[in-house]
Amino acid sequence: MKPTNTIDPTHFHKVVDCQYACPAHTPVPEYIRLIMARRYTDSYMVNWEANVFPGILGRVCDRPCEPACRRQRVEEKPVAICRLKRVAADNKGDIQDRLPKIPTKKNGKRIALLGAGPASLTVARDLMPLGYETTLFERDEMAGGMMRSQIPSFRLPEEVINSEVDIVLNMGVEPRFGKEITSLKAILDEDFDAVFVGTGAPNGRPLDLPGLKEAGDHVKIGINWLASVTFEHIDEAPKRVVVLGGGNTAMDCTRTALRLGATDVKAIVRSSYDEMKSSPWEREDAVAEEISIIPNHTPLSYVVENDKFIGVEFDRVETHWDKGKRRLVSTGEKPVLVECDLVLVAVGQDVSLPWIERDVGIQFDDWDMAVVNRDTFQSTNEKVFFGGDVAFGPENIIMAVAHGHQAAASIHRYLTDGRDVNDVPIGDYTLTSQKMGIHEWSYQTAISDEKRNVVPIINLEEALEDITAEVELGFDEKLALSEAARCLSCDVQTVFAEDLCIECVACEDICPMDCINFVLNGDEDDLRSRLIVPADESERDLYVSGQLKSHKVMVKDEDVCLHCGLCAERCPTGAWDMQKFLFHADRAT
Amino acid sequence: MSFLKSKFHHPRLARNELGLTHRDYEGSLSTLCAGCGHDAVGAALVQAVFELSIPAHKIAKLSGIGCSSKAPTYFLDQSHGFNTVHGRMPSVASGASMANRSLKYIGMSGDGDTASIGLGQFAHVVRRRLDMTYIVANNGVYGLTKGQMAATAERGSTTKKDNKVLWPDIDLVTMALELGATFVARSFSGDKEQMVPLLKAAICHEGFAFIDIISPCVTFNNHATSTRSYDYVRDHIQEGLIADFVPVTSEITTSYDEGESNDICLHDGSVIRLHKGSNGFDARDRLSSLDAIHKHRENGEILTGLLYCDPTYRDMHDILNTTETPLNSLNENELCPGARTLNGINNAFR
Ligand SMILES: Cc1cc2nc3c(=O)[nH]c(=O)nc-3n(C[C@H](O)[C@H](O)[C@H](O)COP(=O)(O)OP(=O)(O)OC[C@H]3O[C@@H](n4cnc5c(N)ncnc54)[C@H](O)[C@@H]3O)c2cc1C
Ligand SMILES: Cc1ncc(C[n+]2csc(CCOP(=O)(O)OP(=O)(O)O)c2C)c(N)n1
Ligand code: SF4
Ligand code: SF4
Ligand code: SF4
Ligand SMILES: [Mg+2]
Repeated sequence: MKPTNTIDPTHFHKVVDCQYACPAHTPVPEYIRLIMARRYTDSYMVNWEANVFPGILGRVCDRPCEPACRRQRVEEKPVAICRLKRVAADNKGDIQDRLPKIPTKKNGKRIALLGAGPASLTVARDLMPLGYETTLFERDEMAGGMMRSQIPSFRLPEEVINSEVDIVLNMGVEPRFGKEITSLKAILDEDFDAVFVGTGAPNGRPLDLPGLKEAGDHVKIGINWLASVTFEHIDEAPKRVVVLGGGNTAMDCTRTALRLGATDVKAIVRSSYDEMKSSPWEREDAVAEEISIIPNHTPLSYVVENDKFIGVEFDRVETHWDKGKRRLVSTGEKPVLVECDLVLVAVGQDVSLPWIERDVGIQFDDWDMAVVNRDTFQSTNEKVFFGGDVAFGPENIIMAVAHGHQAAASIHRYLTDGRDVNDVPIGDYTLTSQKMGIHEWSYQTAISDEKRNVVPIINLEEALEDITAEVELGFDEKLALSEAARCLSCDVQTVFAEDLCIECVACEDICPMDCINFVLNGDEDDLRSRLIVPADESERDLYVSGQLKSHKVMVKDEDVCLHCGLCAERCPTGAWDMQKFLFHADRAT
Repeated sequence: MSFLKSKFHHPRLARNELGLTHRDYEGSLSTLCAGCGHDAVGAALVQAVFELSIPAHKIAKLSGIGCSSKAPTYFLDQSHGFNTVHGRMPSVASGASMANRSLKYIGMSGDGDTASIGLGQFAHVVRRRLDMTYIVANNGVYGLTKGQMAATAERGSTTKKDNKVLWPDIDLVTMALELGATFVARSFSGDKEQMVPLLKAAICHEGFAFIDIISPCVTFNNHATSTRSYDYVRDHIQEGLIADFVPVTSEITTSYDEGESNDICLHDGSVIRLHKGSNGFDARDRLSSLDAIHKHRENGEILTGLLYCDPTYRDMHDILNTTETPLNSLNENELCPGARTLNGINNAFR
């Protein structure tokens, strides 16, 4: 294999599994170390720079970082990255003078932001400090998007949303709230220099089965119902509620219904339990509240007898796999009737853009989605950019934030003379040695054996009594420090200097995880098969040096390195060094 | 110590017949200098014992004094051990072996410990063919006492402080061959691929197995004018016979005839399979080995690999006809020959 190119940030970036998996590339180990030092405000700001909503995300993020966490490969469960973010937010001090200064003298460029969800707010956060003027259009009276309208307050309290959304609005965003956008043309006519579309995927998908019309008000679209609860148009639920669907929206519907007076709440799902779309933790939280989840049931019809709504009829199915494709096959048993008073349909959301005239230069694809460049977020009308759920379909908050950052950077390039919107940089990094002295490093090298800590919650009775009572209490300081210590500091890289190596193999011997190998070179498959622990199936990259004096090469399998620094401790010549790799994703500057 | 080695290990780490990983054979974290060859020797031993699936408690590790003799603390921490006095490891090993033949004895010594203060003891333990593996971690200096030249340092080489070595060196390998060792090898701490099979064969060999392992002292003898530095050794090494170790348990598919093939069959049924390097010689022939060692020396080369092995000689226990049972397990019946026999013995002294 060719020696690994470590000038390019890709190799080391991928070693920081969590940061690499985070769409906004939040420097996770960096903020966790700051928590360990009890520097909560600093930790919060590291988060804020990357993901704009640390308090919100520390409660409800979809946390793609956690399944990626290396800890899970060497122990059992990932570090509770998400809930540590909340610790930073809960314990931070005043951040007012740490926020970017907004120039009073503007740069003369005006941007329209459509929809006040996390995507648009992120664009505002990035462009306001550069002197742009932004106008935020939103049909609701308040900003926040689905973070506010959909996510129930027992998971995400309103104060948390307010405080983080206000930070952005207070930068001087001009609000145009409470009015539906009905024409893009009209907005383009206002002569904005660029328009960012962040209107989400606001249409709940209906489930058109026989009996729908007759069922009337007994069948509701889940996300509309949740929004009505948020905005207090609905404050009670009947006793028996059936939720159709197995995603996160479905789980939120069940738990909300329970708090509004329902006593018998079922989520009924077509797939098997394991194949449900919801995140495992959302499912576990629902089950903990005694929601019953009934898998393998396909709804057939809404049953109405003598003008009276009875319930929903289901066919029992089994999952069959056909060349990797899932098929639900009827078991042939008699249909099952589940009696209930209210059906909430939570089977998906769609993007809907009837207000974009088809002659403004924006191309639409076969699914009626705008054609958007995945790198620049620009549409086929060069002035109009898209991001968040509206761009490529419903995802989550952190993805919307990531899109927002990237779109803001593109808009800035687009509106800066001499820059090419398509010239998207990979990002920047710094690499700094962590050596302080003999056996002394500026990060925790000792590996904690602690198991993952569980977040304390309030008791169920209290939770069900008050829909705004936040269920999770968050980590206290003792739990937070214990959890933070589980982080392996994967950003502190093992950096190898082949010209210093005398091949004493001390590093190979000391490494607790058998990562380091001195072997004759070969092609990648061959090398992988000849490692101390063969890495044939590993998805992680190998770190390969140039040829050493003995004609061997150093090959490090990055898969399960603990970043404990023993290799560097043991190296007599300093050929290994532990260096902190701080990656900064591309941002508008 | 401000650093610790995590107990976590690779999730796909190989396990031996006992279900153990090589991590189960480790010792405490080494306090030798970072990069010391002795640690690599220890790691190779851990690997060898792990691969042989020997339960650690069936091994006794013995040593004298020196960095090399400290090294046993850093491997096989579930084994028996005795850190003896300077140069006196052979007598303690002899006593231990007399008391209990059933353990595998691994002696870890240095070139100072063996070639200076312990030379007399060394000569006699070789001559008696004690059933043990005797390792000398050879760095050309007294590491522990800060780098005085050892008797193994070559005449003409210079110390780190630029003093010339005035006396010819003692070569422990040729000495062991002359004195009757039945397994002799030389290796290099920087070459685990060579060390591990040699150590496995030495441990399985019944009789006196001697391995001289060149094991650089990074602190006091790794300078440019040293002949025991990593670079010098790597540049001057010639691997003679490449030895594979074929354990008893693996089915031997190719048939082999003693004497004809390149296989040497050990007492326990395992096999040393030799592949001839370019400078091959007959490892069953003492004179041929001595000749090869000397020739390489004259060319300024260090001949490594298996140098000599003859499993047909009898070891000390065979010659003394000692009991297989550890002495502490002999019961009264076996120990007491009975009044009649005792009377006979007593009468013989009258
Ligand atoms: C029930 C539910 C629970 C969820 N839970 C989580 C969770 O726990 N974690 C997570 O990460 N994600 C969750 N999500 C998804 C997450 O809310 C979205 O992915 C995210 O909010 C998308 O952000 P956005 O900025 O693209 O759009 P949105 O947040 O959808 O914001 C779009 C805004 O545009 C406005 N708008 C749309 N059309 C118009 C128009 N024509 N005129 C005026 N205004 C308009 C909308 O009112 C809305 O305020 C959940 C979603 C739902 C439905
Ligand atoms: C009886 C006695 N004499 C002298 C010493 C001092 N001493 C300690 S270690 C050592 C030499 C060790 O050299 P070597 O065996 O080569 O070990 P190394 O440290 O090089 O591995 C000496 C002379 C001693 N400990 N005991
Ligand atoms: S930091 Fe070094 S010694 Fe520790 S696990 Fe990683 S490679 Fe091994
Ligand atoms: S410890 Fe240092 S000098 Fe020794 S092999 Fe490893 S990198 Fe090379
Ligand atoms: S002084 Fe030399 S022999 Fe002793 S531990 Fe250090 S490097 Fe090894
Ligand atoms: Mg020595």
